[in-house]
Amino acid sequence: MFRFILRRTLQAVVTFVALTAILFAWLRSLPGGPLDALLGENASPQDRAKLVESLGLDAPLWTQYLRYLGRFWTGDLGVSTGVWRGAPVTEVLLTRAPATIELALCALVVGAVLGVAAGYWAATRRGVFDVAFLGFSVLGLAVPVFFTGFVLKYVFAVRAGWLPPSGRADLSGSIPTPTGLTLLDSLLAGSGAAFVESLRYLTLPTIALTIIPFAVIFRLTRASVAETLQQDFVRTANSKGLRNPTVAGRHVLRNSLLPVITVIGLQAGGLFAGAVLTETVFNYRGLGQSMALAFSTRDYAVLQALIMIAAVLYLVINIVVDIAYALCDPRVRTP
Amino acid sequence: MTTAPAVPRRRTATARPGAQTLRRLLRQPAFLIGSVITFVFVLVAIAAPVLAPHDPAAPLLLDQVRAQSNPVPLPQEGFPLGGDPAGRDLLSRLVAGAQQTLVVGVMATLGGFVGGIALGLVAGVFAGKVDMLVMRAVDVMLAIPSLLMAFSIAALFAHPSEWTLILTIAIVQVPVFARLMRGSMLVQRDTDHVLAARALGVKPGAIVFRHMVPNALGPVIVQATLSLAVSILDAAALSFLGLGNPDDGRPEWGQMLGGAQQYFNSFPHLAIYPALCIIVVALGFTLMGESLRETLDPRTRR
Repeated sequence: MFRFILRRTLQAVVTFVALTAILFAWLRSLPGGPLDALLGENASPQDRAKLVESLGLDAPLWTQYLRYLGRFWTGDLGVSTGVWRGAPVTEVLLTRAPATIELALCALVVGAVLGVAAGYWAATRRGVFDVAFLGFSVLGLAVPVFFTGFVLKYVFAVRAGWLPPSGRADLSGSIPTPTGLTLLDSLLAGSGAAFVESLRYLTLPTIALTIIPFAVIFRLTRASVAETLQQDFVRTANSKGLRNPTVAGRHVLRNSLLPVITVIGLQAGGLFAGAVLTETVFNYRGLGQSMALAFSTRDYAVLQALIMIAAVLYLVINIVVDIAYALCDPRVRTP
Repeated sequence: MTTAPAVPRRRTATARPGAQTLRRLLRQPAFLIGSVITFVFVLVAIAAPVLAPHDPAAPLLLDQVRAQSNPVPLPQEGFPLGGDPAGRDLLSRLVAGAQQTLVVGVMATLGGFVGGIALGLVAGVFAGKVDMLVMRAVDVMLAIPSLLMAFSIAALFAHPSEWTLILTIAIVQVPVFARLMRGSMLVQRDTDHVLAARALGVKPGAIVFRHMVPNALGPVIVQATLSLAVSILDAAALSFLGLGNPDDGRPEWGQMLGGAQQYFNSFPHLAIYPALCIIVVALGFTLMGESLRETLDPRTRR
């Protein structure tokens, strides 16, 4: 087991190094090169010369790359050249991170819980329910995420006026906000009104973002449970006279959730791209929206930081999932 | 002597596998719906220049856009869906958009398909170091969520166009195809017919291209059907972020949808029509691809 974890981690480190190299190359091959990328096109020649010196752009490429890695390591991600002109990227991203973490967690929890529950239900009962959910999940994968967002916003916010059309609950005036996660802060402060307010803002973006993870998790759970139900050990358990909940929990779910765990992990990593679209639609000030803004203003310092964060997150989640998988299923451990 | 009475050819239990697969496919409503949608879509795309009532790029209703305070021309005689904010016929743009969407989807998928197959082939044939190198590279590509990678690649182009859009989506699809092709080739390497060919002294090149590749392509082709849907959706997402093709002379549905976002609250129909087209076509490809996969995958045969 230890060897498995070690090997998996080493692989990830190799991938990470390759990734930084690619990102470094990416930054250098951007239109206008790193100078335009970091300073904007209208910088004065003095500024340019200063930056060439301070960035060490006259040094050999591999030295530059190592320095670049070093800056990453110390958390220096450069300075924004777009909407937040002049602000350190780390600062911009840190203030925006909680919003995205909250939205992504909500979407993931909703998608995973509903997906597994509906998938199990559909596989065991079949019939109308099964067909309806299957249809919904196939449809969910065919609708552009941002269009779902627009429709939700139009119907429930613009037309019906039930929910706020955009933004995020601002609690800073009413209760202390130690975590920056609006739901958690309201709970910590014991404020029901703030909780409801946060929930109202989160509902629509969460639904828009969760549809794809839900569809994927639902379909996999359904297929996996259906396959497990046909196994001999389930029949044995049933004929032994075990109670239905025992068979369902101990025998069916436990064995069919393994592949589901992997997919939940993958979906978690992929949520970021969805967040870019969803947060833009709902003008939700998180990392995703900052990425969309960075694209439109060509703010490459912010972009490279976001890509790096998303990739590292994805890598880490993948390792955790693989290790969890290996812990649950001894067959995976042998190479 | 008369000729022997014609013995009715009995349908043997083991019909040709191809025919059997086709029969199983045709029994699935999902496959039928999917292929009808795809067929109609391709037909409209090919016949678009004939079907479109007007020139999709001609600002025929520009006078109305200028004259009225209303920036979007309403449906009227000869223009059943009205016009877009630039005074062009919306229906014609949707019809012409079918063609452009098909071109982008097919080209992008083809690019990913060819690139992925080449990598997967190399990895699957030359085991060991080459395999490891290629697959590590694929792993790195897979380490970035695909849509995010598409955004990042698209940002590299100073002058985005139809071709940068296609190239972007193609690159993103490469790792998926590569991984699938490699797996498929590895399965083929251990099959009896390849062993037999090797024992007969068939040249390695012939084994790879005549015996392994044709058999390995099945799952990859199924993936291509699904990738068509993904390509069209990715194109829409890129256009939404302003990373798509800015030239709207030849409209594409994703671009129409992306361009309609600022009018969504006042003129939702501008977004709804192209979105419906995208949804229906993506659904068509997905249904077709999934039923193909289920039918061809021996594990799911009942």
